Amino acid sequence: MIPRLSRTLLLAFRSLLLHPLRTTLTVLGILIGVASVVWLLAIGEGISRASQEQIASLGARNIIVRTVKPASDEFEGEIYGLTRKDFLLLSSTVPTLERVLPIREIPEEFRYRTRKLEGRLVGCTPDYAESMRLKLAGGRFFSDGDMREERNYCVLGAETAAKLFPVGDPVGEKILIGDEWYDVIGFMRDRAPSAGVGGSFAAEDYNRDVYIPIRTLWRRVGDMYVITKPGQFQRDIIELNQITLTVADTADVLPTADVVRDSIARNHTLSDYRITVPMELLEQANTTRLLFIIFLGLIAAISLVVGGIGIMNIMLATVTERTREIGIRRALGAKRRDIVEQFLMESTVLSIAGGILGVGIGLLCPAAVSLLRAAFTARFPEMQNALPELIRNVTPIIVPWSIPVALGIAVVVGVVFGVYPAMRAAKLDPIVALRHE
Amino acid sequence: MTSAVQIRNLEKLYPLAGGVVAALRGVSFEVPQGDFVSIMGPSGSGKSTLLNLLGCLDRPTAGEYFLGGENVAEMSDDQLAEVRATRLGFVFQSFNLLSALTVVENIELPLYYSGRLNRDSRARCHSLAKRVGLGDRLDHRPAQLSGGQQQRVAIARSLVNDPRFMLADEPTGNLDSATTLEILQLLKELNDEGRTIVLVTHEPEVAALTKRTILLRDGLVQSDELRTPGAPR
Repeated sequence: MIPRLSRTLLLAFRSLLLHPLRTTLTVLGILIGVASVVWLLAIGEGISRASQEQIASLGARNIIVRTVKPASDEFEGEIYGLTRKDFLLLSSTVPTLERVLPIREIPEEFRYRTRKLEGRLVGCTPDYAESMRLKLAGGRFFSDGDMREERNYCVLGAETAAKLFPVGDPVGEKILIGDEWYDVIGFMRDRAPSAGVGGSFAAEDYNRDVYIPIRTLWRRVGDMYVITKPGQFQRDIIELNQITLTVADTADVLPTADVVRDSIARNHTLSDYRITVPMELLEQANTTRLLFIIFLGLIAAISLVVGGIGIMNIMLATVTERTREIGIRRALGAKRRDIVEQFLMESTVLSIAGGILGVGIGLLCPAAVSLLRAAFTARFPEMQNALPELIRNVTPIIVPWSIPVALGIAVVVGVVFGVYPAMRAAKLDPIVALRHE
Repeated sequence: MTSAVQIRNLEKLYPLAGGVVAALRGVSFEVPQGDFVSIMGPSGSGKSTLLNLLGCLDRPTAGEYFLGGENVAEMSDDQLAEVRATRLGFVFQSFNLLSALTVVENIELPLYYSGRLNRDSRARCHSLAKRVGLGDRLDHRPAQLSGGQQQRVAIARSLVNDPRFMLADEPTGNLDSATTLEILQLLKELNDEGRTIVLVTHEPEVAALTKRTILLRDGLVQSDELRTPGAPR
């Protein structure tokens, strides 16, 4: 005997193939729903993965305190920002810290013979390279001893080195920073600029930097920075631009952040600093991601319901159209259950077909997005640049569980929306159905 | 000889808006095995109602209907379907073939519901198609066949479960007189094999070829006469 299920299945396929166009259109409804589930989840995952990586690149154990210029309606003075006192206070009073890194950044011009370059002079401690994930390309970074001695040593960023020393080894040469000479003791490898994180942390380019010991900077350059350009005179007195605190244990990051907030707030009456805690951002990102998934799921659910209504609509039309067939089958011995199974199988086959094709198209998402992006970039390069970086670079990541979930939902939709038409078909009185024209 | 069909005081009432309409008001008769009965009567006499009851498509309001010893009148919907699937052969006036299926597939259809579909089914359907004279039209669709040919397919279909009891609802109503004779000849052959046949018709010429005629009027049996074979008309 041929198994009952495969017989019913065969019957369903035959009936559906009698109306190829109608069947295709109905399948399309489910296909779009399922494909959109997979696509939306893949794009959502891609965006959240990218933002999490950015946040993680700031260091999950770090707390970053940065000087910001207070709003002009609040403050008209010249002295603001983080101070050496803040730095000493934090490093001596917060016990959970592994490392405290003070940073002073000043726009500066670097010269070597006839070549010159506008860049960023960074005063820091020897920990800077490790903390910012900078790698040496040659020479060495300055040491604690160099810092104590306040030596005029400098380390060049990759681009600075390349521009000032297009040929030859910069190590051992002297460059002019402001009106002081510094010995080049090392230079760094190229590092991709760090991306800004959600508006709370600006993007940073490390390649045009020159690093010197921060004590040297304090002594030789001082805290004052004057911009003198035609029609503009501005003076800022800042002791530190940034203090990067690294917490020893991941579990202590959030409590330490609270302590740091209180501690700094006590010494600042102006809002002239901002604290960024990558771990808090990570947690926010996770919450956002969850919301995103729920939101996208809702959209996808709506499209699946629309697809299901399409199935129901077609099946109801089919039942009416095939009333006589139902009558004939009943007269030849079909039970109500046989009729229910026949029609339910048809709606399920429709939805499973839509589900499988939808998953197939869903899997094409990463390829399709990169193709679209290439086409878009070729045609509208300016518009492309105007897009937020997260959108511009998003790489969809197929979420593995989205596939069984999408298929499962498709089957459920087929059954749920197929039940009513099937029941209607089975309820027909065989005598009435037989007379139906 | 045991009876193939026995009905006693069969009643069927239809509740309508204006009150209850009695289609059958107590019909009793017995059909011995191997009989060939025609049921006649003017329209409204209850012919169709009786045929639906005999065909297990409907249940009587009152009365008993024994089909091979079992009281069909008390069966559930599923049990009735089972009886239709396994013990009855149905031939309709309008053939009632499924237009999407081929001749062979139409013949095969009842096997789906009797649970007897197996590897030999195709061969069986082929031989039945040959038997009714359609061996060369196995893969045709009903629309490609003449009325007489379609009714032959329907007869082959009714035979696929090898029923002992066959019902025919004006099987020649849509056919010309030459084809009518052919179909009746086929039914007669089946009767000669020992199958009991009950046929509803309003044509005296058709009834004349059966062994016995029951005349219904207003939901009651008006006359029930045996026809002596070979007797002058």
